[in-house]
Parts: sequence; structure tokens; C-alpha cells
Amino acid sequence: MIKTSYVSRTIADLRPSGIRRFFDLAANLEGVVSLGVGEPDFVTSWAVREAAINSLEEGFTSYTANAGLYELRAEISGYMEKQFHVSYRPEDQIIVTVGASQALDITLRTILNPGEEVIVVEPCFVAYAPLVTMAGGIPVTVQTSRADDFKLTPEQLEAAITPKTKAVLICSPNNPTGTQLGQEELVMLAEIVKKHDLLVISDEIYAELAYDEQFTSFAAIDGMLERTIVINGFSKGFAMTGWRLGFVCAPKEISEAMLKLHQYAMMCAPTMAQHAALEALKHGMQDVEDMRRSYRRRRNYIVKSFNEMGLDCHNPGGAFYAFPSIEKTGMTSMEFAERLLTEELVAVVPGDVFGKSGEGHIRCSYASSMEQLQEALKRMERFMNNHCK
Amino acid sequence: MHLNEEELEVLRIIENNSRIDLKDLAKMTDLSEADIEVTLKKLEDMRVIVRYSTVINWAKVDEYHGVTAMIDVKVTPKRGVGFDEVAKRIYKFKEVQSVYLMSGAYDLSVIVEGRSMNEVANFVSEKLSTLDSVISTTTHFIMKKYKHDGTIFDQTEEDKRIVVSP
Repeated sequence: MIKTSYVSRTIADLRPSGIRRFFDLAANLEGVVSLGVGEPDFVTSWAVREAAINSLEEGFTSYTANAGLYELRAEISGYMEKQFHVSYRPEDQIIVTVGASQALDITLRTILNPGEEVIVVEPCFVAYAPLVTMAGGIPVTVQTSRADDFKLTPEQLEAAITPKTKAVLICSPNNPTGTQLGQEELVMLAEIVKKHDLLVISDEIYAELAYDEQFTSFAAIDGMLERTIVINGFSKGFAMTGWRLGFVCAPKEISEAMLKLHQYAMMCAPTMAQHAALEALKHGMQDVEDMRRSYRRRRNYIVKSFNEMGLDCHNPGGAFYAFPSIEKTGMTSMEFAERLLTEELVAVVPGDVFGKSGEGHIRCSYASSMEQLQEALKRMERFMNNHCK
Repeated sequence: MHLNEEELEVLRIIENNSRIDLKDLAKMTDLSEADIEVTLKKLEDMRVIVRYSTVINWAKVDEYHGVTAMIDVKVTPKRGVGFDEVAKRIYKFKEVQSVYLMSGAYDLSVIVEGRSMNEVANFVSEKLSTLDSVISTTTHFIMKKYKHDGTIFDQTEEDKRIVVSP
């Protein structure tokens, strides 16, 4: 008898994330200093936690509207207007989601017909290509390079477009490179997007963590509001990863379609987390500012330290990752990360898990205390001295 | 006086760690080590940076027997000098740790440290309340310090994050 698999071919064919494997390695060692954490080292501010506790005490334990509490959507609308100068109506253009991840998932599933292509700019967050695949689309990866500061060039974008291209998925500031696209660069990309009648899915989860240049939303570029889907959330800027709360802003036609999917698949985002997010938007902006300053100091520190020890590192404009080149060591990024972990007990993430062009680099999160950073850097310097004469 | 962004950044950092290495301070900011030294010297000369101190949790030290009291003091301000003259008469006592001019029900908040309650009580009755301008005093002894200058004393929050995440 022929044995049939119970698992769908699509899922069976997905590659497990390379990060998972590295997590298993690191979790079994004692005394590891980790620069591998992709989340803030701050605990959510007490005012926000207290608001969530209060919402429980008040008995806010039922569902909210599918799109989220109206009051929260109204705050998000005001926030988007004030911070990024883009207008979205709380009534029909904003959906509160379970993290930015779910926002991305419903976006892709809403816009893609089977076989349509999404341009995915690598190195990038590990979930992008799998999410496109799971939505029935085809991820078409574009490899950015260190020579361009890992910025997508208009030529690269143009070359990746086919008649089947539906959308471009871009994350700025970027995980893992920290690269931020400036307004002029966005304008040039937008011209091509408009010319080919494409959508932009703009993952702006790190928007609050821009250190040198003012952050510009893709939707704020002239003529892009009607063809951009903005993904954002509370995880990074507000240090609320575990709350699983994000949101998506889109043109009405798309957001109304997305809401159908969201109401059948998720019903609504967790109520307690929504009350917490409301407090974060109303009174938490000073905390965001303080955290941004703190990351910026550590960004400066780690990038200068890497360059001093011979790990060439471009200056990342945002997020909380440095992405130095390890080419001088002659090792692959996986080899480098594994040896650094076993020899010096420092966890970093090999760059190739974020895409082919990540090879030759490692992702180092500086969302760690200064003491931890200094210890990690001391060990890495020793490692470099041992392996790079 | 107006400070620029770099000067403000230096102050924000050393406010929480005055022992920080100048080299590290330079690496964290957009300034060179030499610039940092110049900046610190300037801020010290302007008495923006007044002193480099340490927050100590004396309650953990068996040998320490001090007590601290916060005293609300009502005074009569004087024509021409307002509260400054009486404030000066009070802050010159070495027992006095801090003196603040307050809005509200009383005028000066005076923090006094002594080796015993008795010592503080004597200071209040013999020195403070006998001053001409002082109308009344209300003394509150501090029983336990939970948080001081922005730092929680019993904080042992460990990193609860998973070691590697995307």
C-alpha cells in the first residue's frame, strides 16, 4: 500500500528556519552571552503593564470588534498621522492584529492569487518567503549587497519584475542589516512600483528605532498611499513582543478584504493586549524616546568596536542589529557562528539564515545591557585574534 | 544655559554611571575622547555637573545605624531675600542633606540624617525650630527605602528572553 503523507506538500517542502537550529545549540550551553536575541532588552513599561492588569480587574475579558477596539484604532490613526504623516481612517483602513506577523500573513493571503510573485528583498526576516509560499504565491528574492549598504537599488527592483509580480515586500529599518531607506531612495523605488502597477508591503515594525535620519513611511511617498500596505506594531518600539500586538493600514478595498480573512481566521487580537497598547500610544511615547536613545548609544558602541577588531561593519541606521562582515576570517557565517559559540560562548546569528546575500556576515543584536555587550565584545575580540592573524 | 545634543547625551549617560570609562563614553556618543574631556570639564566648571556620587543601600550594612527624616518646615519669608536667607541658615548645618523650596502646605522640605532618632529630634528642637523665621516643623522618619534616585533597591530582574530569536 502506498503511504500518503498527512502533511501538505507546501508545508513539507518549507525549510525549517536556520535560527531554530541555532537556538537549540545555544540553549544547551551554560554561560552563553547572547547577541542573538531579536527583541528589546527592556521589559514593557510599568504604566503599560499596569493598564493591562487594570483591564483584567475591570473585567475586559470578552472579544473586541474584529478590527480591534475602536478607541485603539482611533489612537493608531492619530499616531500614524502624527509620526509618519499618513492618514488612515479608523473605521475601515486599520486592523489590529496578533503581532506584525499576522498582519503580514493576512496581507499576503488577501492579495495573492496562486502563482503570483512577491519580490522579497534579502537579507530579511526569516518568515517573509515562507509566508508568501504559504499564501500560494511565489517569493522572488533580490539580493542586496554590502557595497550598497544592503539597500535595494531601482535597477535591482526593475530587473526582478515579471508579468506575474504582484507586490514588493520591504522592511526598513531592516532586520538583520539595520539598513534604513531614506526618502529619496523610496521615491526612486516608488517610481518603478507605480510604472508596473505593483503593491508595496512595507514592514515598518522598526520605524520607531531610527537613529540618524528621520524615518519615512513608504505610504508617505507621493502617490503611494493607494498602493502601500503598512505593517507595524508594538513589539519593537514599545518593547511589547510577548503581547503579540500589531496592526495593518491599507487602502479601503484591501483592508475590507483583509478583515474578512481576519474575522474568520482570528476573530480579534487579544483584548488585554489591546488595552495595554492603548495606554502605550496615549502615554508611552517618552518611553519610546528613552529606549531609542539607549539603543543608539549601544549601536555606536558596538559598530565602533567591531570595526576596531577587524570586523568590517557598515553603520546601521535603525533597528537593533549590527551586521558585520566576517569575510576576513575565511569562514562561512555558519562556521563562524558555531565556532564563536563553542569556543567563546557568544551567540550570534549566521547571516545566511536571512538569505543568500547574508552569507559572509553575522547578525549581532545590541539589545543587551552594556555589561553584556562589553563581555561579548571582549570574547569576540579574543576570537578574532585567534583566527585572523 | 543651553547645551547641545552631545552635551545632553553625555549628561544622560553619566547620570546613571559616573564611573564609566571615557573611552566607552566616547564610543557611545559621536564625540572623541578628547572632546569628552573638554565637555566634562566645561560642565564641571559651569557646575552643571556638581559632584560624582554613589547610591548606596546602607540598610544592607550591619555597621550602619543612621536614620533619615524628612521635615516639612513653615517659615516667614523676608522682604528682599524671600526664602533664600532662611534656607541658607538651614542648609549650612552639616546634618542637613537636602533643602528644597516647596509649593503647597509648607515652604521648605529639609532632609536630615543623624545617627539616631534622638539625635535628629535634638537637631529639630534645638537648632531648626528655634530659628527666628521658622513657624513650625513636622518631622517624618524614613522607615524603608524602596527606590532612590530612580533606582529600585531590591531589583533582581533577570533576562527572561529566549537565547536566540528571529
